[in-house]
Amino acid sequence: MGKRVGIVGVGQTHHASHRLDASGVEVIAEAVTRCLDDAQTTLDAVDAIIIGNMDHFENINYVDMWAVDGLGGCMKPVFKVTTGGTTGTTVGAAAYYSAASGMFDTVMAVGWEKNSESDTQAAIATCANPVLERDPFAGAIGPLATEYSMYMKAYGATEEDAAIVAARDRNNALNNPYAHNRMHVTVEDVMNSPMLSYPVKFLDMCPRSDGACAVIFAVEEKAKKMCDRPAWIHASVVRHDYTHFGDLEWQWMPTLERATLQAYKYAGITNPVKEFDVAELYQPCSTTGVKWLDSMWFCERGQGPKLIRSGATHMDGIIPINPSGGVVATNPIGATALIRVAEAAWQIMGRAGDRQIPNVKKALATGFGGCSWSDVFVLGADLP
Amino acid sequence: MADWKSEVEEVVFPGKICVPYSWTVGSTLSRWYVQLRDDGEIWANRCPSCGTVYVPPKIKCIKCYKDMNDWVKLPGTGTIETFTVVNKERPGLDPKKPPFVYAVIKMDGADTGMVHLIGGVEPEKVKVGMRVAPVLEKERDGHITDIKHFKPIA
Ligand SMILES: [Zn+2]
Repeated sequence: MGKRVGIVGVGQTHHASHRLDASGVEVIAEAVTRCLDDAQTTLDAVDAIIIGNMDHFENINYVDMWAVDGLGGCMKPVFKVTTGGTTGTTVGAAAYYSAASGMFDTVMAVGWEKNSESDTQAAIATCANPVLERDPFAGAIGPLATEYSMYMKAYGATEEDAAIVAARDRNNALNNPYAHNRMHVTVEDVMNSPMLSYPVKFLDMCPRSDGACAVIFAVEEKAKKMCDRPAWIHASVVRHDYTHFGDLEWQWMPTLERATLQAYKYAGITNPVKEFDVAELYQPCSTTGVKWLDSMWFCERGQGPKLIRSGATHMDGIIPINPSGGVVATNPIGATALIRVAEAAWQIMGRAGDRQIPNVKKALATGFGGCSWSDVFVLGADLP
Repeated sequence: MADWKSEVEEVVFPGKICVPYSWTVGSTLSRWYVQLRDDGEIWANRCPSCGTVYVPPKIKCIKCYKDMNDWVKLPGTGTIETFTVVNKERPGLDPKKPPFVYAVIKMDGADTGMVHLIGGVEPEKVKVGMRVAPVLEKERDGHITDIKHFKPIA
Protein backbone atom coordinates (compact mmCIF):
# COMPACT_ATOMS: atom_id res chain seq x y z
CA MET A 1 0.00 0.00 0.00
CA GLY A 2 2.99 2.34 0.17
CA LYS A 3 3.63 5.08 2.69
CA ARG A 4 0.86 6.65 4.72
CA VAL A 5 -0.12 10.06 3.32
CA GLY A 6 -2.28 12.90 4.59
CA ILE A 7 -3.79 16.05 3.12
CA VAL A 8 -2.30 19.07 4.90
CA GLY A 9 -3.78 21.99 2.98
CA VAL A 10 -6.53 22.87 0.56
CA GLY A 11 -7.31 25.93 -1.54
CA GLN A 12 -9.96 26.85 -4.04
CA THR A 13 -11.04 29.90 -5.99
CA HIS A 14 -14.35 31.65 -5.73
CA HIS A 15 -16.06 29.89 -8.60
CA ALA A 16 -18.29 31.66 -11.10
CA SER A 17 -19.83 31.37 -14.51
CA HIS A 18 -17.34 33.90 -15.94
CA ARG A 19 -14.26 34.86 -13.96
CA LEU A 20 -13.47 37.68 -16.36
CA ASP A 21 -11.12 39.22 -13.79
CA ALA A 22 -8.76 36.26 -13.98
CA SER A 23 -6.97 34.36 -16.74
CA GLY A 24 -6.42 30.61 -16.52
CA VAL A 25 -3.02 31.30 -14.99
CA GLU A 26 -4.60 33.61 -12.43
CA VAL A 27 -7.29 31.17 -11.27
CA ILE A 28 -4.55 28.58 -10.86
CA ALA A 29 -2.48 31.09 -8.84
CA GLU A 30 -5.50 31.92 -6.67
CA ALA A 31 -6.05 28.28 -5.75
CA VAL A 32 -2.36 27.53 -5.22
CA THR A 33 -1.84 30.63 -3.05
CA ARG A 34 -4.88 29.78 -0.90
CA CYS A 35 -3.72 26.17 -0.61
CA LEU A 36 -0.24 27.22 0.57
CA ASP A 37 -1.86 29.62 3.06
CA ASP A 38 -4.19 26.87 4.30
CA ALA A 39 -1.18 24.58 4.81
CA GLN A 40 0.79 27.50 6.31
CA THR A 41 3.68 26.64 4.03
CA THR A 42 5.47 27.84 0.91
CA LEU A 43 6.30 26.31 -2.45
CA ASP A 44 9.75 25.40 -1.13
CA ALA A 45 8.02 22.60 0.80
CA VAL A 46 6.36 21.21 -2.35
CA ASP A 47 8.47 18.53 -4.05
CA ALA A 48 6.31 17.86 -7.11
CA ILE A 49 3.14 19.09 -8.78
CA ILE A 50 0.40 17.24 -10.67
CA ILE A 51 -1.90 19.50 -12.70
CA GLY A 52 -4.90 18.71 -14.87
CA ASN A 53 -7.67 20.16 -16.99
CA MET A 54 -9.26 19.27 -20.34
CA ASP A 55 -7.46 21.10 -23.14
CA HIS A 56 -10.44 21.26 -25.47
CA PHE A 57 -12.32 23.53 -23.06
CA GLU A 58 -9.77 26.32 -23.52
CA ASN A 59 -8.03 25.31 -26.75
CA ILE A 60 -4.66 25.73 -25.06
CA ASN A 61 -2.29 22.81 -24.77
CA TYR A 62 0.47 22.60 -22.22
CA VAL A 63 -0.97 24.29 -19.16
CA ASP A 64 2.08 22.79 -17.45
CA MET A 65 4.19 25.15 -19.60
CA TRP A 66 2.40 28.48 -20.01
CA ALA A 67 0.88 28.59 -16.52
CA VAL A 68 4.09 27.87 -14.68
CA ASP A 69 4.27 31.30 -13.00
CA GLY A 70 0.78 30.96 -11.53
CA LEU A 71 1.35 27.31 -10.74
CA GLY A 72 4.70 27.81 -9.04
CA GLY A 73 6.17 24.90 -10.99
CA CYS A 74 9.46 26.46 -12.09
CA MET A 75 12.28 23.91 -11.70
CA LYS A 76 9.99 21.38 -10.04
CA PRO A 77 8.81 18.02 -11.38
CA VAL A 78 5.45 18.89 -12.99
CA PHE A 79 3.17 16.26 -14.49
CA LYS A 80 -0.06 16.83 -16.36
CA VAL A 81 -2.89 14.33 -16.02
CA THR A 82 -6.16 14.48 -17.94
CA THR A 83 -9.00 11.97 -17.60
CA GLY A 84 -12.14 13.92 -18.43
CA GLY A 85 -14.52 14.64 -15.56
CA THR A 86 -12.41 12.54 -13.22
CA THR A 87 -9.37 14.76 -13.88
CA GLY A 88 -9.62 16.33 -10.43
CA THR A 89 -9.65 13.04 -8.56
CA THR A 90 -7.02 11.63 -10.90
CA VAL A 91 -4.59 14.47 -10.19
CA GLY A 92 -5.36 13.78 -6.53
CA ALA A 93 -4.75 10.07 -6.96
CA ALA A 94 -1.53 10.69 -8.90
CA ALA A 95 -0.34 13.08 -6.18
CA TYR A 96 -1.20 10.53 -3.50
CA TYR A 97 0.50 7.67 -5.37
CA SER A 98 3.59 9.84 -5.96
CA ALA A 99 3.89 10.54 -2.23
CA ALA A 100 2.92 7.02 -1.10
CA SER A 101 5.55 5.57 -3.43
CA GLY A 102 8.25 7.31 -1.43
CA MET A 103 9.47 9.28 -4.44
CA PHE A 104 8.31 12.65 -3.09
CA ASP A 105 7.49 13.83 0.44
CA THR A 106 4.96 16.48 -0.49
CA VAL A 107 3.01 16.67 -3.73
CA MET A 108 0.52 19.33 -4.77
CA ALA A 109 -2.46 18.40 -6.94
CA VAL A 110 -4.05 21.20 -9.00
CA GLY A 111 -7.22 21.02 -11.08
CA TRP A 112 -8.64 23.96 -12.99
CA GLU A 113 -10.92 24.97 -15.82
CA LYS A 114 -12.04 28.18 -17.51
CA ASN A 115 -15.21 26.80 -18.98
CA SER A 116 -16.31 30.30 -20.01
CA GLU A 117 -13.65 30.19 -22.71
CA SER A 118 -15.55 27.87 -25.04
CA ASP A 119 -18.84 26.11 -25.68
CA THR A 120 -18.69 23.40 -23.02
CA GLN A 121 -21.23 21.08 -24.67
CA ALA A 122 -19.51 21.28 -28.06
CA ALA A 123 -16.12 20.65 -26.45
CA ILE A 124 -17.48 17.74 -24.39
CA ALA A 125 -18.94 16.18 -27.53
CA THR A 126 -15.40 15.77 -28.84
CA CYS A 127 -14.85 13.03 -26.25
CA ALA A 128 -17.22 10.70 -28.09
CA ASN A 129 -15.89 8.33 -30.75
CA PRO A 130 -15.87 10.56 -33.87
CA VAL A 131 -16.69 7.90 -36.44
CA LEU A 132 -19.45 6.13 -34.52
CA GLU A 133 -21.18 7.85 -31.62
CA ARG A 134 -20.61 11.57 -31.84
CA ASP A 135 -23.69 12.28 -33.92
CA PRO A 136 -26.25 10.03 -32.24
CA PHE A 137 -25.27 10.18 -28.55
CA ALA A 138 -22.68 12.81 -27.69
CA GLY A 139 -22.96 15.40 -24.92
CA ALA A 140 -23.38 15.25 -21.17
CA ILE A 141 -27.11 15.63 -20.65
CA GLY A 142 -28.51 12.96 -22.98
CA PRO A 143 -26.63 9.96 -21.56
CA LEU A 144 -27.47 11.00 -17.98
CA ALA A 145 -31.13 11.40 -18.90
CA THR A 146 -31.11 8.01 -20.58
CA GLU A 147 -29.65 6.17 -17.59
CA TYR A 148 -32.16 7.72 -15.15
CA SER A 149 -35.08 6.84 -17.44
CA MET A 150 -33.98 3.23 -17.18
CA TYR A 151 -33.65 3.45 -13.40
CA MET A 152 -37.09 5.04 -13.09
CA LYS A 153 -38.65 2.24 -15.13
CA ALA A 154 -36.80 -0.51 -13.27
CA TYR A 155 -37.31 0.67 -9.70
CA GLY A 156 -40.06 3.27 -9.62
CA ALA A 157 -37.77 6.23 -9.01
CA THR A 158 -39.37 9.55 -9.89
CA GLU A 159 -38.51 12.96 -11.24
CA GLU A 160 -39.34 14.31 -7.75
CA ASP A 161 -36.63 12.11 -6.22
CA ALA A 162 -34.06 13.85 -8.40
CA ALA A 163 -35.63 17.21 -7.59
CA ILE A 164 -35.16 16.51 -3.85
CA VAL A 165 -31.44 16.00 -4.51
CA ALA A 166 -31.21 19.14 -6.65
CA ALA A 167 -32.93 21.24 -3.96
CA ARG A 168 -30.75 19.67 -1.24
CA ASP A 169 -27.47 20.45 -3.01
CA ARG A 170 -28.48 23.90 -4.22
CA ASN A 171 -29.61 24.93 -0.74
CA ASN A 172 -26.44 23.49 0.80
CA ALA A 173 -24.47 25.77 -1.54
CA LEU A 174 -25.89 28.76 0.35
CA ASN A 175 -23.46 27.80 3.13
CA ASN A 176 -20.47 27.69 0.78
CA PRO A 177 -18.88 31.05 -0.06
CA TYR A 178 -16.89 29.47 -2.92
CA ALA A 179 -19.91 27.97 -4.73
CA HIS A 180 -20.87 29.23 -8.18
CA ASN A 181 -24.67 28.97 -7.92
CA ARG A 182 -25.98 30.02 -4.52
CA MET A 183 -29.73 30.23 -4.51
CA HIS A 184 -32.61 28.99 -2.43
CA VAL A 185 -34.46 26.39 -4.47
CA THR A 186 -37.53 24.28 -3.67
CA VAL A 187 -38.44 20.88 -5.08
CA GLU A 188 -41.26 22.64 -6.95
CA ASP A 189 -38.79 25.10 -8.49
CA VAL A 190 -36.76 22.18 -9.82
CA MET A 191 -39.85 20.40 -11.14
CA ASN A 192 -41.01 23.60 -12.86
CA SER A 193 -37.66 24.39 -14.46
CA PRO A 194 -37.33 23.85 -18.25
CA MET A 195 -36.98 20.28 -19.49
CA LEU A 196 -33.57 19.67 -21.08
CA SER A 197 -33.77 15.97 -21.99
CA TYR A 198 -36.48 13.93 -20.27
CA PRO A 199 -36.37 13.47 -17.30
CA VAL A 200 -33.52 15.96 -16.71
CA LYS A 201 -34.57 19.56 -16.09
CA PHE A 202 -32.56 22.75 -15.99
CA LEU A 203 -32.18 22.85 -12.19
CA ASP A 204 -31.26 19.14 -12.07
CA MET A 205 -28.16 19.75 -14.17
CA CYS A 206 -24.75 21.11 -13.20
CA PRO A 207 -23.58 24.45 -14.59
CA ARG A 208 -20.15 24.94 -16.14
CA SER A 209 -17.90 27.19 -14.12
CA ASP A 210 -14.56 28.95 -14.01
CA GLY A 211 -12.37 27.93 -11.09
CA ALA A 212 -9.46 26.00 -9.68
CA CYS A 213 -8.57 23.89 -6.68
CA ALA A 214 -5.28 22.79 -5.11
CA VAL A 215 -4.56 20.15 -2.48
CA ILE A 216 -1.25 19.29 -0.79
CA PHE A 217 -0.51 15.65 0.04
CA ALA A 218 2.34 14.85 2.46
CA VAL A 219 3.87 11.63 3.74
CA GLU A 220 3.17 10.76 7.37
CA GLU A 221 6.26 12.26 9.00
CA LYS A 222 5.87 15.54 7.09
CA ALA A 223 2.10 15.65 7.44
CA LYS A 224 2.31 15.40 11.22
CA LYS A 225 4.70 18.36 11.28
CA MET A 226 2.74 20.49 8.83
CA CYS A 227 -0.79 19.99 10.16
CA ASP A 228 -2.33 19.24 13.54
CA ARG A 229 -5.24 17.36 11.99
CA PRO A 230 -4.37 16.03 8.52
CA ALA A 231 -7.00 14.23 6.46
CA TRP A 232 -5.35 10.83 6.05
CA ILE A 233 -5.82 8.88 2.84
CA HIS A 234 -7.38 5.53 3.68
CA ALA A 235 -8.04 4.57 0.07
CA SER A 236 -7.74 5.94 -3.44
CA VAL A 237 -9.11 3.78 -6.23
CA VAL A 238 -9.64 4.38 -9.97
CA ARG A 239 -11.78 2.28 -12.35
CA HIS A 240 -12.36 2.85 -16.07
CA ASP A 241 -14.56 1.08 -18.60
CA TYR A 242 -16.30 1.83 -21.96
CA THR A 243 -15.70 0.91 -25.51
CA HIS A 244 -19.03 2.10 -26.90
CA PHE A 245 -22.02 3.59 -25.13
CA GLY A 246 -24.08 0.54 -26.03
CA ASP A 247 -21.70 -1.72 -24.10
CA LEU A 248 -22.32 0.02 -20.81
CA GLU A 249 -24.52 -1.23 -17.98
CA TRP A 250 -27.07 1.57 -17.68
CA GLN A 251 -29.14 0.33 -14.75
CA TRP A 252 -26.27 0.61 -12.29
CA MET A 253 -22.67 1.76 -12.54
CA PRO A 254 -20.10 -1.04 -12.53
CA THR A 255 -17.05 1.24 -12.25
CA LEU A 256 -18.48 2.92 -9.16
CA GLU A 257 -19.45 -0.44 -7.67
CA ARG A 258 -15.97 -1.84 -8.19
CA ALA A 259 -14.10 1.29 -7.16
CA THR A 260 -16.07 1.75 -3.94
CA LEU A 261 -15.92 -1.96 -3.14
CA GLN A 262 -12.12 -1.90 -3.41
CA ALA A 263 -11.84 1.38 -1.51
CA TYR A 264 -14.07 0.10 1.32
CA LYS A 265 -11.94 -3.03 1.48
CA TYR A 266 -8.74 -0.98 1.83
CA ALA A 267 -10.37 1.30 4.40
CA GLY A 268 -12.17 -1.43 6.34
CA ILE A 269 -15.60 0.05 5.64
CA THR A 270 -18.44 -2.47 5.93
CA ASN A 271 -21.44 -0.18 6.40
CA PRO A 272 -20.77 3.01 4.44
CA VAL A 273 -23.95 4.88 5.42
CA LYS A 274 -23.18 4.37 9.10
CA GLU A 275 -19.40 4.66 8.99
CA PHE A 276 -19.04 7.75 6.81
CA ASP A 277 -19.82 11.02 8.52
CA VAL A 278 -20.04 12.96 5.27
CA ALA A 279 -19.75 12.40 1.51
CA GLU A 280 -18.73 14.82 -1.25
CA LEU A 281 -19.79 13.14 -4.45
CA TYR A 282 -19.28 13.98 -8.11
CA GLN A 283 -22.91 13.89 -9.13
CA PRO A 284 -23.14 15.97 -12.30
CA CYS A 285 -26.91 15.76 -12.36
CA SER A 286 -29.34 15.34 -9.48
CA THR A 287 -30.62 12.10 -11.06
CA THR A 288 -27.24 10.52 -10.35
CA GLY A 289 -27.66 11.58 -6.73
CA VAL A 290 -30.51 9.07 -6.59
CA LYS A 291 -29.34 6.34 -8.90
CA TRP A 292 -25.67 6.04 -7.99
CA LEU A 293 -26.32 5.51 -4.27
CA ASP A 294 -26.96 1.86 -5.13
CA SER A 295 -23.61 1.56 -6.82
CA MET A 296 -21.79 2.98 -3.78
CA TRP A 297 -23.33 0.27 -1.59
CA PHE A 298 -25.33 2.87 0.33
CA CYS A 299 -28.45 0.74 -0.22
CA GLU A 300 -29.79 -2.29 -2.07
CA ARG A 301 -30.27 -1.90 -5.82
CA GLY A 302 -33.27 0.29 -6.49
CA GLN A 303 -33.44 1.67 -2.96
CA GLY A 304 -31.82 5.02 -3.77
CA PRO A 305 -35.16 6.86 -3.84
CA LYS A 306 -36.08 5.55 -0.39
CA LEU A 307 -32.80 6.79 1.06
CA ILE A 308 -33.25 10.22 -0.54
CA ARG A 309 -36.89 10.57 0.56
CA SER A 310 -35.92 9.65 4.14
CA GLY A 311 -33.77 12.76 4.48
CA ALA A 312 -30.74 10.63 5.45
CA THR A 313 -28.53 12.52 2.99
CA HIS A 314 -29.50 16.05 4.08
CA MET A 315 -27.30 18.16 6.34
CA ASP A 316 -28.95 16.81 9.50
CA GLY A 317 -29.21 13.23 8.20
CA ILE A 318 -27.15 10.18 9.06
CA ILE A 319 -24.96 10.60 5.95
CA PRO A 320 -24.95 14.21 4.73
CA ILE A 321 -24.10 14.35 1.02
CA ASN A 322 -22.55 17.42 -0.61
CA PRO A 323 -22.56 20.03 2.18
CA SER A 324 -20.66 22.22 -0.33
CA GLY A 325 -23.56 22.16 -2.77
CA GLY A 326 -21.82 19.60 -4.92
CA VAL A 327 -21.46 19.63 -8.66
CA VAL A 328 -24.94 20.97 -9.46
CA ALA A 329 -23.82 24.19 -7.74
CA THR A 330 -20.22 24.39 -8.96
CA ASN A 331 -18.49 22.78 -11.93
CA PRO A 332 -15.11 24.01 -13.18
CA ILE A 333 -14.68 20.62 -14.81
CA GLY A 334 -10.96 19.86 -14.36
CA ALA A 335 -11.23 21.06 -10.74
CA THR A 336 -14.65 19.60 -9.92
CA ALA A 337 -13.53 16.21 -8.66
CA LEU A 338 -10.58 17.66 -6.74
CA ILE A 339 -13.02 20.01 -5.00
CA ARG A 340 -14.81 16.88 -3.73
CA VAL A 341 -11.54 15.66 -2.18
CA ALA A 342 -10.75 19.14 -0.88
CA GLU A 343 -14.17 19.59 0.72
CA ALA A 344 -14.00 16.11 2.28
CA ALA A 345 -10.54 16.94 3.64
CA TRP A 346 -11.75 20.24 5.10
CA GLN A 347 -14.63 18.39 6.77
CA ILE A 348 -12.09 16.17 8.51
CA MET A 349 -9.76 19.06 9.32
CA GLY A 350 -12.70 21.02 10.78
CA ARG A 351 -12.20 23.88 8.31
CA ALA A 352 -15.49 23.68 6.39
CA GLY A 353 -17.00 26.85 7.85
CA ASP A 354 -20.79 27.15 7.76
CA ARG A 355 -21.07 23.81 5.96
CA GLN A 356 -19.07 21.90 8.57
CA ILE A 357 -20.59 18.62 9.76
CA PRO A 358 -19.68 18.17 13.44
CA ASN A 359 -16.89 15.76 14.35
CA VAL A 360 -16.14 14.14 11.00
CA LYS A 361 -13.93 11.06 11.35
CA LYS A 362 -14.46 9.42 7.95
CA ALA A 363 -15.33 11.04 4.64
CA LEU A 364 -16.00 9.76 1.13
CA ALA A 365 -15.19 11.65 -2.07
CA THR A 366 -15.79 10.54 -5.65
CA GLY A 367 -15.01 11.61 -9.19
CA PHE A 368 -17.00 10.84 -12.34
CA GLY A 369 -15.77 11.14 -15.88
CA GLY A 370 -15.77 9.86 -19.41
CA CYS A 371 -18.57 7.40 -19.59
CA SER A 372 -18.41 5.95 -17.10
CA TRP A 373 -15.28 6.26 -15.02
CA SER A 374 -15.17 6.33 -11.24
CA ASP A 375 -12.52 7.54 -8.82
CA VAL A 376 -12.97 7.07 -5.08
CA PHE A 377 -11.18 8.56 -2.07
CA VAL A 378 -11.74 7.52 1.54
CA LEU A 379 -10.33 10.05 4.01
CA GLY A 380 -10.03 9.65 7.76
CA ALA A 381 -9.15 11.69 10.84
CA ASP A 382 -7.18 8.76 12.23
CA LEU A 383 -4.12 7.17 10.65
CA PRO A 384 -5.05 4.32 8.29
CA MET B 1 1.65 -1.34 -47.43
CA ALA B 2 1.67 -1.69 -51.19
CA ASP B 3 -1.70 -3.41 -51.54
CA TRP B 4 -3.93 -1.91 -48.88
CA LYS B 5 -5.73 0.32 -51.37
CA SER B 6 -7.15 -2.76 -53.06
CA GLU B 7 -8.40 -4.17 -49.75
CA VAL B 8 -9.60 -1.14 -47.79
CA GLU B 9 -12.00 1.42 -49.08
CA GLU B 10 -10.90 4.85 -47.91
CA VAL B 11 -13.57 6.27 -45.60
CA VAL B 12 -12.79 9.56 -43.86
CA PHE B 13 -15.35 11.68 -42.01
CA PRO B 14 -14.95 15.45 -41.86
CA GLY B 15 -15.54 17.03 -38.44
CA LYS B 16 -18.44 19.41 -37.94
CA ILE B 17 -17.99 20.50 -34.34
CA CYS B 18 -16.80 24.09 -34.32
CA VAL B 19 -15.96 25.34 -30.86
CA PRO B 20 -15.75 29.12 -30.47
CA TYR B 21 -12.88 29.98 -28.12
CA SER B 22 -12.07 33.15 -26.25
CA TRP B 23 -9.46 33.84 -23.59
CA THR B 24 -9.75 36.01 -20.52
CA VAL B 25 -6.62 38.17 -20.44
CA GLY B 26 -6.83 38.59 -16.67
CA SER B 27 -6.01 41.38 -14.26
CA THR B 28 -2.23 41.42 -14.74
CA LEU B 29 -2.00 41.32 -18.52
CA SER B 30 -5.10 43.48 -19.12
CA ARG B 31 -3.38 46.27 -17.20
CA TRP B 32 -0.34 45.83 -19.45
CA TYR B 33 -2.48 45.93 -22.60
CA VAL B 34 -4.45 48.99 -21.44
CA GLN B 35 -1.19 50.87 -20.90
CA LEU B 36 0.00 49.86 -24.35
CA ARG B 37 -3.30 50.79 -25.98
CA ASP B 38 -4.06 54.07 -24.18
CA ASP B 39 -0.59 55.47 -23.53
CA GLY B 40 1.54 53.63 -26.08
CA GLU B 41 3.83 52.51 -23.29
CA ILE B 42 5.45 49.17 -22.50
CA TRP B 43 5.49 48.38 -18.79
CA ALA B 44 7.06 45.56 -16.83
CA ASN B 45 6.54 44.23 -13.32
CA ARG B 46 9.22 43.63 -10.72
CA CYS B 47 9.46 40.96 -8.05
CA PRO B 48 9.43 42.62 -4.61
CA SER B 49 11.66 39.83 -3.31
CA CYS B 50 14.41 39.14 -5.86
CA GLY B 51 13.98 42.25 -8.00
CA THR B 52 13.66 40.43 -11.31
CA VAL B 53 11.88 42.65 -13.87
CA TYR B 54 9.58 40.78 -16.25
CA VAL B 55 8.22 41.90 -19.61
CA PRO B 56 5.60 40.82 -20.53
CA PRO B 57 4.54 40.89 -16.87
CA LYS B 58 4.21 37.73 -14.77
CA ILE B 59 1.33 36.70 -12.50
CA LYS B 60 3.86 35.60 -9.86
CA CYS B 61 7.65 35.68 -9.85
CA ILE B 62 8.72 32.36 -11.34
CA LYS B 63 11.60 32.16 -8.85
CA CYS B 64 9.96 33.44 -5.63
CA TYR B 65 6.19 32.97 -6.22
CA LYS B 66 5.64 36.54 -4.93
CA ASP B 67 2.80 38.82 -6.07
CA MET B 68 3.99 41.21 -8.75
CA ASN B 69 2.41 44.55 -7.85
CA ASP B 70 5.51 46.64 -8.49
CA TRP B 71 5.11 48.17 -11.98
CA VAL B 72 7.91 49.88 -13.90
CA LYS B 73 7.71 51.81 -17.17
CA LEU B 74 10.26 50.68 -19.74
CA PRO B 75 11.86 52.96 -22.34
CA GLY B 76 10.68 50.47 -24.98
CA THR B 77 14.11 50.04 -26.57
CA GLY B 78 15.98 46.76 -26.58
CA THR B 79 18.57 44.54 -28.18
CA ILE B 80 18.02 41.57 -30.51
CA GLU B 81 19.18 38.43 -28.73
CA THR B 82 18.34 35.98 -31.51
CA PHE B 83 16.09 35.87 -34.58
CA THR B 84 15.03 33.98 -37.69
CA VAL B 85 13.68 34.90 -41.08
CA VAL B 86 10.36 33.18 -41.83
CA ASN B 87 10.31 32.38 -45.54
CA LYS B 88 7.61 29.74 -46.03
CA GLU B 89 4.05 30.89 -45.50
CA ARG B 90 1.94 29.04 -42.95
CA PRO B 91 -1.63 29.99 -43.89
CA GLY B 92 -3.82 31.20 -41.05
CA LEU B 93 -0.89 31.36 -38.68
CA ASP B 94 1.47 34.10 -39.73
CA PRO B 95 0.83 37.77 -38.85
CA LYS B 96 2.05 38.91 -42.29
CA LYS B 97 3.33 37.67 -45.63
CA PRO B 98 6.83 36.15 -45.56
CA PRO B 99 9.60 36.98 -45.60
CA PHE B 100 9.54 38.55 -42.14
CA VAL B 101 11.69 38.39 -39.01
CA TYR B 102 10.82 36.84 -35.65
CA ALA B 103 13.11 37.81 -32.77
CA VAL B 104 13.72 37.61 -29.05
CA ILE B 105 14.38 41.15 -27.85
CA LYS B 106 16.10 41.79 -24.53
CA MET B 107 14.21 44.86 -23.33
CA ASP B 108 16.12 47.73 -21.72
CA GLY B 109 15.27 47.95 -18.02
CA ALA B 110 13.98 44.37 -17.86
CA ASP B 111 15.64 41.05 -17.14
CA THR B 112 13.69 39.08 -19.71
CA GLY B 113 13.42 38.87 -23.45
CA MET B 114 10.22 39.62 -25.31
CA VAL B 115 9.25 38.03 -28.61
CA HIS B 116 8.09 40.18 -31.51
CA LEU B 117 8.62 40.99 -35.17
CA ILE B 118 11.48 43.02 -36.59
CA GLY B 119 10.51 45.44 -39.39
CA GLY B 120 11.61 48.54 -41.23
CA VAL B 121 14.73 46.73 -42.41
CA GLU B 122 15.66 44.15 -45.04
CA PRO B 123 15.62 40.71 -43.34
CA GLU B 124 19.16 39.99 -44.48
CA LYS B 125 20.41 43.10 -42.66
CA VAL B 126 19.08 42.02 -39.24
CA LYS B 127 21.85 41.10 -36.80
CA VAL B 128 22.14 39.79 -33.27
CA GLY B 129 22.98 42.67 -30.95
CA MET B 130 21.11 45.19 -33.11
CA ARG B 131 19.42 47.96 -31.11
CA VAL B 132 15.67 48.25 -31.75
CA ALA B 133 12.66 50.37 -30.74
CA PRO B 134 8.93 49.64 -31.05
CA VAL B 135 6.79 50.98 -33.88
CA LEU B 136 3.21 51.32 -32.63
CA GLU B 137 0.00 51.25 -34.62
CA LYS B 138 -1.87 54.55 -34.63
CA GLU B 139 -5.19 52.83 -33.96
CA ARG B 140 -4.64 50.46 -31.03
CA ASP B 141 -7.13 47.95 -29.63
CA GLY B 142 -5.17 46.45 -26.74
CA HIS B 143 -3.48 43.53 -28.47
CA ILE B 144 0.10 42.36 -28.94
CA THR B 145 -0.09 43.59 -32.54
CA ASP B 146 -0.59 47.16 -31.26
CA ILE B 147 3.19 46.95 -31.54
CA LYS B 148 3.54 46.72 -35.33
CA HIS B 149 7.16 45.60 -35.02
CA PHE B 150 10.51 46.66 -33.60
CA LYS B 151 12.76 48.63 -35.97
CA PRO B 152 16.52 49.15 -35.84
CA ILE B 153 17.77 52.37 -34.28
CA ALA B 154 21.18 53.90 -34.42
ZN1 LIG C 1 11.40 36.86 -7.34
